[in-house]
Amino acid sequence: MTTTRQHSDELHLALYRKMFQIRRFEEEAARAYAQGKIGGFLHLYIGQEAVAVGAVAALEPTDYAITTYRDHGLALARGMTSRAAMSELFGKVTGCSKGLGGSMHFFDAEHNMLGGYGIVGGHVPLAVGTAFASKYREDGRVAIVFLGEGAVSIGDFHEGMSLAALWKLPIVIVVENNEYAMGTSLSRTLSVEDVSLKAVGYGMARDRFFANHVLEVHDRIGEAIERARKTSEPTLIEVRTYRFRGHSMSDPGKYRTPAELEERKQKDPLMVSRAELEGKGHKEALEKIEAEIEVEIEDCVRFADESPEPGPELLEATTYKGAFAR
Amino acid sequence: MSVMRYREAVRAAMIEEMERDERVYLIGEEVGAYQGAYKVSEGMLERFGPKRVIDAPITESGFTGISIGAAMVGLRPIVEYMTWNFSAVAFDQILNNAAKIRQMSGGQLHVPIVLRAPNGSARQVGSQHSHAMEHFYAHVPGLKVLAPATPADAKGLLKAAIRDDDPVLFMESETLYNMKGEVPDDPDFVVPMGQARVAREGKDVSIIAYGRPVHVALEAAAQLEKEGIDAEVVDLRSLRPLDEQALVRTVQKTHRAVLTYEGWPYGGVGGEIVDRIQRLAFDELDAPILRVTFRDVPMPYNAKLEQYVLPQPDRIADAVREVLYRKG
Ligand SMILES: Cc1ncc(C[n+]2csc(CCOP(=O)(O)OP(=O)(O)O)c2C)c(N)n1
Repeated sequence: MTTTRQHSDELHLALYRKMFQIRRFEEEAARAYAQGKIGGFLHLYIGQEAVAVGAVAALEPTDYAITTYRDHGLALARGMTSRAAMSELFGKVTGCSKGLGGSMHFFDAEHNMLGGYGIVGGHVPLAVGTAFASKYREDGRVAIVFLGEGAVSIGDFHEGMSLAALWKLPIVIVVENNEYAMGTSLSRTLSVEDVSLKAVGYGMARDRFFANHVLEVHDRIGEAIERARKTSEPTLIEVRTYRFRGHSMSDPGKYRTPAELEERKQKDPLMVSRAELEGKGHKEALEKIEAEIEVEIEDCVRFADESPEPGPELLEATTYKGAFAR
Repeated sequence: MSVMRYREAVRAAMIEEMERDERVYLIGEEVGAYQGAYKVSEGMLERFGPKRVIDAPITESGFTGISIGAAMVGLRPIVEYMTWNFSAVAFDQILNNAAKIRQMSGGQLHVPIVLRAPNGSARQVGSQHSHAMEHFYAHVPGLKVLAPATPADAKGLLKAAIRDDDPVLFMESETLYNMKGEVPDDPDFVVPMGQARVAREGKDVSIIAYGRPVHVALEAAAQLEKEGIDAEVVDLRSLRPLDEQALVRTVQKTHRAVLTYEGWPYGGVGGEIVDRIQRLAFDELDAPILRVTFRDVPMPYNAKLEQYVLPQPDRIADAVREVLYRKG
């Protein structure tokens, strides 16, 4: 374990709270999905929480963040309320995208969460574009983009990398390597398994580590964020992680063994943080956090249940600004 | 005859053609070990091995371009996209290479490739996974575009596509995969491209559709029958080539037409059909042709709004009443 710097237990507790919130939120979402309250695809982030939580803790609120369809974790980490998140899954007008986006398209402009996207890799140039805007305006903001290792084969990822490096844009590109793209393991999608090596060809800074400890994620990604902010240099970071559930709710995940899953669950970042904090005498604080989150989760489900649905009048109003002659 | 599901019919066509012709291979994301994202290619890896059932990384543009190249030199690839929505990533390869190579080369080269995927509305998967993409491709000379509405057509048309020497785009309706129907077992059963089918005979109005909306149109026709309106439902099956004689025949019979299909109303396949009918059978028309399509917005996630956006039997029936001047 290389938690490199000294951190207050308060920070660690706060990050644990976020991770626990995301975990419990998604467990409830899975249950609501089984009850038919949520439709379409539901891709859970369970197991990967330390990545979004650690990274976001190193961002300023004004920095930009973008991800793919596995987006609940980042949205909550960025400060979206669990009410807005659950309502979106329920397709309600009180949801973060008014019930029009669903699980894959969480947006929260107020918190500079610029979306979850369904066409993988296509969002990388968007993220680079936000970094471009930041450099253009010289406003010191940094952009961070998340994608899976499966998506790094796609052209848009490379074109985004190419321009970010060429124009020295303040962006951190985080590849969440959870070892599987749907049912395909890493070794079957990439000729070189060290994704961070892709940075070399673009002359970009790089890093690579296991996301077992949220504070380490915070520090390592934080370093890249600082570099982006100070010298406007992009970084490619490969974070090794693992998703405990299938790719989506319809995927039983049969392409991996129960033993592999068990082994990885032993490194669950929530467990790691909890054990460490408990060891430092924070048992009560942990229990308090967990009890509060339980109340919050129960509340957000009730809120989503009771919220109204969006009406058809929203459709045109969200397609163009104002009246539009077609 | 066997009773099979639409997805099994697609699979049967691929298996039969791969057994018949060594040059045919299947490539796409999760088509092999995972047995297909929609289980269309289930069992095929075991049957043909990884040389001919190829799992590709997420590289739509790459594996499309590679397959176009392989087709130029004699192979006959079948490319599966997880949905047609993602084919947009490979649009340049399809539009600028697959479609144009025959002509650019003065006829020296050709591209016998089949591109296939689920198309159109799914259920609540939001705006980036729900669109009907045939309109973009039917626009392009050099491409052929098919859209089967039944298991038998799925098999027969796909076999025709695989045997064809030009690029054929095969639009499977995602929500039809589970549909069952009778399918001929004859290994040489093919449904020729460019021949529409009358799915229901009628004399008062023609409802023209393809893919999933054929079934919605049939529902509308059943509803209209109760009001004494006898609707004919024409299933186009093939969008390019388009069976214009079938359009003329049905309009000669009913003198009124309503088009229904998935996708946005602006431009698209519907504009083409309206043009052909008014050009070839103007004198037969007793009313303007109406279209029932997606509403003119990206697809929302919310279930009720999604239903609102989709063509529904009620909306089709309304349009029929309108062309019959029976609207209250
Ligand atoms: C361009 C494109 N092709 C295919 C898909 C279908 N698809 C959705 S997720 C996925 C696997 C992605 O794996 P990875 O990027 O590793 O992310 P993870 O699911 O592991 O978080 C695929 C193939 C897509 N969304 N976009």
